[in-house]
Parts: sequence; structure tokens; C-alpha cells
Amino acid sequence: MDLYKLTVHELQDKLLAGEITSEDIVKSLFSRIAVVEEKAQAFITLCEETAWESARRIDQQGEYGGIKGIPYGLKDLFCTRGIKTTCASRMLENFVPSYESTASKLLNEKGGILLGKLNLDEFAMGSSTEQSAFFPSRNPWDWERVPGGSSGGCAAAVAAGEIPFALASDTGGSIRQPASYCGIVGLKPTYGRVSRWGVAAFASSLDQVGILSRNVRDCALILKIIAGKDPLDASSADIEVPDYSAFLDGEVKGMRIAYPREYFRQGVTESIRTAVMKALRKFEELGAIVEEVSLPHSEYALPAYFIVAPAEASTNLARFDGVRYGWRDGEAANVADMFSLSRAQGFGPEVKRRIMLGTYALSSGYYDAYYLKAMKVRRLIAADFAEVFRDFDLIVSPTTPTTAFQLGEQIDDTLTLYMNDALTVPVNMAGLPGISIPCALDDGLPVGMQLIGRAFDEATLLKAAYAFEQNTDYHRLTPVPGGGINE
Amino acid sequence: MSKEFETVIGLEVHAELKTESKIFCSCSTAFGAEPNSQVCPFCAGFPGALPVLNEKVLELAIRTGIALNCEIPEYCKFDRKNYFYPDLPAAYQISQFDQPVCKNGYLEIDLDGEIKRIRINRAHMEEDAGKLVHQGDITTTPFSLVDLNRCGIGLLEIVSEPDMRSAREARAYLEKLRSILLFAGVSDCKMQEGSLRCDANISVRPAGQEELGTRTEIKNLNSFRSLERAIEYEARRHVEAIEDGEELLQETRTWDEEKQLTRSMRSKEEADDYRYFPDPDLPPLRISRERIEEIRRQMPELPDAAQERLVETYGLPHYDAAILTTTPDYLEFFDRVIKIYPDAKVVSNWMMSELNKYLNQSNLEISDCLLKPEKLAEMLQLIDDGTISGKMAKTVFAEMFNSGKSAPEVVKEKGMVQISDEKALSAIIESIVNGNPKVVEDYRNGKEKAFGFFVGQVMKATRGQANPAVVNKLLKEKLK
Repeated sequence: MDLYKLTVHELQDKLLAGEITSEDIVKSLFSRIAVVEEKAQAFITLCEETAWESARRIDQQGEYGGIKGIPYGLKDLFCTRGIKTTCASRMLENFVPSYESTASKLLNEKGGILLGKLNLDEFAMGSSTEQSAFFPSRNPWDWERVPGGSSGGCAAAVAAGEIPFALASDTGGSIRQPASYCGIVGLKPTYGRVSRWGVAAFASSLDQVGILSRNVRDCALILKIIAGKDPLDASSADIEVPDYSAFLDGEVKGMRIAYPREYFRQGVTESIRTAVMKALRKFEELGAIVEEVSLPHSEYALPAYFIVAPAEASTNLARFDGVRYGWRDGEAANVADMFSLSRAQGFGPEVKRRIMLGTYALSSGYYDAYYLKAMKVRRLIAADFAEVFRDFDLIVSPTTPTTAFQLGEQIDDTLTLYMNDALTVPVNMAGLPGISIPCALDDGLPVGMQLIGRAFDEATLLKAAYAFEQNTDYHRLTPVPGGGINE
Repeated sequence: MSKEFETVIGLEVHAELKTESKIFCSCSTAFGAEPNSQVCPFCAGFPGALPVLNEKVLELAIRTGIALNCEIPEYCKFDRKNYFYPDLPAAYQISQFDQPVCKNGYLEIDLDGEIKRIRINRAHMEEDAGKLVHQGDITTTPFSLVDLNRCGIGLLEIVSEPDMRSAREARAYLEKLRSILLFAGVSDCKMQEGSLRCDANISVRPAGQEELGTRTEIKNLNSFRSLERAIEYEARRHVEAIEDGEELLQETRTWDEEKQLTRSMRSKEEADDYRYFPDPDLPPLRISRERIEEIRRQMPELPDAAQERLVETYGLPHYDAAILTTTPDYLEFFDRVIKIYPDAKVVSNWMMSELNKYLNQSNLEISDCLLKPEKLAEMLQLIDDGTISGKMAKTVFAEMFNSGKSAPEVVKEKGMVQISDEKALSAIIESIVNGNPKVVEDYRNGKEKAFGFFVGQVMKATRGQANPAVVNKLLKEKLK
């Protein structure tokens, strides 16, 4: 049996029924990895020994349920105790944390088994994983294409059957965009919903931990486990975490869904526009009320984001100075040289670009013109959303303007690359939850639809996404390695 | 210093807040532990580690604000101050930039009976940096060791307005601030251990001129004395420069304790751009009026109120009251003695003279001193009932201070009981007077000094134990 093809719930059922063991699953996944990893290049680190050990221990206990005995992957910027955490950077190539991120700790406590650490753009800065210091990951739908980014390793692994689900982070679209490119489900919860503790920070006011999975039901199960107030993260919200799975009834009758006209322009291809409009008609068929709205300030989200995110990144990444851990230039003549040489050698070009952008934006005399102004724009964007959410339960848009592009195609075209995030960034700027689910195939490549919800109303988001999923088959499509479609 | 110039001084004081754990993590703040033994992923600046505010720090900051007559705004926030240095793991210090927890306060200093109000611009919370150990200058040392134990200890930076006009005023301000912080229970204020640190901003201007002169900031002032000396030195340097027509640079200077002078550290042109911005990891703080009132209700007695109490209740001079209220421990000592021995002025005299002398000599804090207040009261009673003389008491006191023994114990051990028995003393006086007929004659001829000779001889014969009052009386009778 090809266990690697199954979802978390399917695996859970088989474990509970006594048909399989956790070891069987681990075995199947490692066999799958042995076949496709050479192409997918999704993993930075595989945790074979500990994975087998955990599986055996759980099998001995013989009790299953939830994610117990089910493997998962982590974007390699979640700190894992005793396991190398690189952030796909030379800077942290040999960094082994002594502590565990809260989100992965919660999964481990429920019996989740860490299978490996997944590739990303260095420090989550990028949209293709081509900014990884080690290697680019590849899109299982077409190995010559990018899986998206920054959580491209996670998306590629989930789509290629290497792992049933993964945790990642989303600062401007880093979960939703690769989910869209790889034809899977990617959820970025509300800012503050999941603890950021132990996740290397990119832009602290935008970063949020989320999930990549094969379907909405798995996503709901995992969100319930990782969400909630963490005493170690002052920005995590003390708001009750509902049982998300209980909301998945396949119904959207009477639900009010808005689609913002601005999100169907900004370089969105004709076929994606058509695909998402078709999906909206599906919602209508299912009894939802669908109307066009306007989010006029969203077009300023991307420029404002490229002030706020690099500004925060420039100070978040200042700690990598070669003093206590990480890359250090051994030849430096004095401490100032050690700082600059270590950083010059340890960071890649995109990280340096953003550090410079952010340092400039925060500099004395420029702060008001850039950072402060960007924060004001942010408030306007949030106000736009709040206005729409007075009358609507949900906002729907394409996740990305295009489908997955070719490796190397945009690597020298920074602006085009940044445009990939145009439709996802406003959601981070407003701190809202967003999910990308597959809604079509365009020329053999998946198209993602983005659903945006009210703050802390992931339940409605998941409910609608699940209803769409139940009435379509896009989530069942899986790539055949090397191209083509399975099932 | 030249008469036609006025010195203008403002102080920035960093007080380490008295909390068990650090400001943004749960590491211990204990002083003197093994290097890097009180460090966690957060205070060592590891990726993904996040700050969470220690509520106690906020409480102590509010308490300080109340003690310093500050406004405590409803909202305040934390900002990042960005700069690279090996003792700053995150390469930013979490501090408060434009919305501090306390602002617009004041304290009053006593200048020989004249009260002067020194305004306080602000007090804000921030984290301390680590400690570097290396030879000489960091740019040339072959290596540098980093100890992060101190990193992340909560500090309150208290910034005065430039309201002080002399080294003496600056010292009085710092002493008063220290007393207030000690009484409010917010800091240990140990300058030696670095839990109270002070930087001085100094400028001079021709008397009568409104506009301030070029300002320099002096760092590394580790004692009240170095504060005074450094200000005096720096003011003189400014005046000389102005008189010689030299241009003064706005710069940061350090006080060289050994050479007793200030040296340039960096000029304004080289000053860092700290790129302050609100720390996105810490939500802004809202401080309710109720919370402030609750803390106000629980405020301990502060130095000004304590001084007033000593003057009102015991009729002590202001001078005595001021000294007795230097620290809460000192005041507590007084209060405990006075419960048993009610003559306040006598107690105050003994504390200000003998007790202070021995504390200074031994470099002890009053709380560490073996001599307990109840025992001092007991000793004072022994003087009153004539068991020991005032002079003997000083010897007894010294022994009590060193050993912690009670006065009766010391008196007994040393055989120091005063001889007041007239019969016994008469016999001694008899023999001395008889043995010195010439001196007796001198005395009777009006040579008053001769009386002192006899007193001395009696004391010598009794090894100082004779009751001076009785000796005086008997001698006068004998020599009549």
C-alpha cells in the first residue's frame, strides 16, 4: 500500500483500525523520499534515526488518535532541540538549537514525528527557494519549475508525497504562494493565533506560523493543536481556540463572500482570473452570496510591505554577528571587522539586499518618511478589510497572479519576483487569516484560490474551504513526478 | 573655577531594578554567579527567542515614578535601540524611546537648609547589556571574553533636566535619588557592583547667558567622589577652552579615575544612528489609573516624609534627620534603638559619629554590621546608669561593633565596670594628693590646671574605670 499518498486523517483511521503501524508510515515515506528527493530537493536535514525511534516507541504504546504516530516536516527556521536549524543560510549552517519551537513542541507532545527539516529561501526571504544558500527545491508538477517560496521545500515535500503535512511561516505569502504553486492547502492563521516562539524571525509584526497539508480537514486538525496563547510569546493572543474540525459541515449556504476587484487586476493572468471566478460561481451554486467589493488601499500593500518587512528584518538579523554562534570569519583583525566580514560571508544576496533596505528605512531622518508612513498605510489597508467584513464573512481572490514559473526565470528580476506576493501581502499587513486551496489546473499547473477571513475566525475560513473541497476534486489531483497528473 | 562662568549639569542615572528574574526572561539576576550561568536563548540573542515583560519591572518603574513625582502616562511602549557590540547579543537593546513609563517629575535637594528642586525629564525601562573582559582597548586586545549574566537585567534610566549648577549639587541630587530609590525598594543602588550608574552632561556658559554652552557627556562615574571630581575637572576644562578661544566639541568622554581626568571617547559626528523603532515583539502597555493608585497605596515611607517625621517626633535637627534617612536600613537602625532608648539626639550622635566611623573604616553596610540596634540601646542605658563612662563606652562600642557582643558582656570581659564607690575612690585620692604636695600647693595658689593632673592620676590608678563625676566631687572636697 502506498501510505505516502494518504492524508493525516486517512493514516489516523488506518492506525486506529490496527491496519498499519507508525513504523509502516515512516517506512513508506522514507521509501518515497528515496525515489523523489533527488528531484524535489525539499529536505535540508532528514531525521531518520529519531523518526524511527519515535515510531517504534509509539507503536509499542499502541495507542493512536489525532496525529499520534504521524510524521510531519518543518520549515528549517523552526528551532528544533538537538537538530540542526539552518534557516537555509551559511550563517547557521551548523547551528544546533538547545530549545524547541512552541509549535513543533505541541506537535511532538501529541505524538507527531519529525521526519525532517525543509528547504526555504534564506531566512524566508524569497518566493522560489532559489535564495536558499544550499540548493533550490523543485515543483513536483514540473521539476523545471519553482515550488514557490519561501516555504517551497515544505510545499514540494507535501505535494510530492514525501510528508503528509508541514509547519511553515508566512510573512507576506510564504505559505499560501507555494501551496498555490504546488496544488496543496496552505493556511496562514491570524497574527497572534500561533506562537512564534522558537521560529527564527524575519519580520516580527508579520510572521505567522501556519500549515501546509493535502486537504482542509487535516489543516483544521493541526491548527487546533498548535493554536493558542503561549506565555513565551507576548504577541500570541489569549483567545479561545475552537474545535475547527467541528465547523467542517460542507455548508456555505447564506455565507456572504466578497471578491475585491483590485485583486483580479495586478498582473493576474486571464486563466487564473477565469479559474477563480469559476470557483466563486461554485460557491454561489452552493448557496453563498457572492458580491464584488473594493479594497482600494491594497495596491499600496506591496510597497509598504517592502518597507516594514525589511526594516524589522534588518534588526532581527543583526544578532547574527559571529560572536556566540553561527558563521564567524576567523581572519578578522578586530571586532568590527569580525562583525562585517562574518555577515558579508554568512548572508546571501537577497538577505543583504533586505537588510540594507531596512537599515535605510529606519535611519535617522528617513524614519518618518518610510517606516512611519508604511505603518500608516498598513492601518488603511486593515481599515479597508474591516469595512468589507462588516457586510461579508469572507473575501476570495487568486492567491498568486501567475502559476509556478521556471527555475531561474525571475532570479534576476527582483521586482517581478516581489510581485508574486502582491495578493498575499495585504493579508499579512492586516494581520488576518488566509488560506490557499487548489481551484483549477492551468496548462498542467495548479491554480490557488485565496480565502481571507476575519481576525481569529479561521473557523469560517476552513468551513468555506472545506465546502469547496467537498464539491470539487482539485485537492485530489497529485502530480506524477516529472510531470503529468495522477488520479 | 572662574566666577563669571556658570556650570550646567544634567545627570542620566541607570538603576538596576531589584527583581529576582530578568526583564524579558526568567533568568536569575543574582550578582556574582559563574560567568554565563544565568543565560537563556532569549538573553543570549538566539534565533526565535522572544521577550516577555516581567510584570515586577513595570511595578517597580511605576513605584519609582510615584516616588519621583512623575506623570505616568496611560500608554507606553518598548523600542529597539540598534547597534553592534559584542556585549549586546541581539545587536539591539530593548528600551523606551519616545513614550517612557514616567515623565516630568522632580526631587528636592537640601543645600545647607536651602531646598532646591531638580526636575526629572523622564524615567524609562530598558535591559542591561553583558560584560566584556579583555586587556586594554577592545580594538587591540588579542581576545575578549563575554559574560552574559548581566544581559537582560531590568534597568530604569532616570534622566534629569539640566538643573544642577555645581558638582556639589550634582552629588546632592545623586545622593537624594539613591535614598529615594532605596526607600521605594526599587534598587539596591550599589555603585560598586554597578547597580547604580551615572553619566553626567556638562556645559558651561558665561553668567547671565540664557543659551547653553557646548555639552559633553561623561561616563564611567563609579562613585559620588568621582562624580564630583569629574564635574569639577570637566567644568574647568570647558572654562579654560573658552578663555583660550578653543572650540569645544560635543562629545562623549570617560572619567579616568587613576589620572583624575576626562578623556575623549567619541565625538557627535561619530555617534551611532540607533534606528529606534517600536519593538514588534512587545505589545504597547496600558497602565490603568487603578493600578497606579493601588501601587501608590502600598508605597513605603520615602526619605522626605521620614525626615519630617524625625524632626516632628523627636525634635532632631534637619541635618541629623537628613543623615539618618540616607538609607532605609540606617533609618530602621535608628527607629529600633529609639524604641528602647528614647533620647533621639544621643542616638543620632552615636550613629553619626562612632557608628559611621566604623562603618566607613570597615567598608560595611549597616545591614551587614554585627552590632544590632537593641545592643546600642543597652549600651546607652549603661552610660546613663553610671555603669560605664562616656569615654569607656567608646571602647565598649568598638568591641561591640567588631564582635557583635552586648555591652554588659564586653564590660564584664574587660573588667570595665566604673568605680563609683566613694570610699574606694577616697582612699586612692588620699594617697595621690598626699604624694604630690607641690602640685597641691600650685592648685591652691590658683593654678587650675593642677586639678586636671589629679584627675588624670586617679584615672591612671583605676585604669580609667573611676566615675569622673564622683572623682571630681571628691577631689574638690579634698583640695578645698
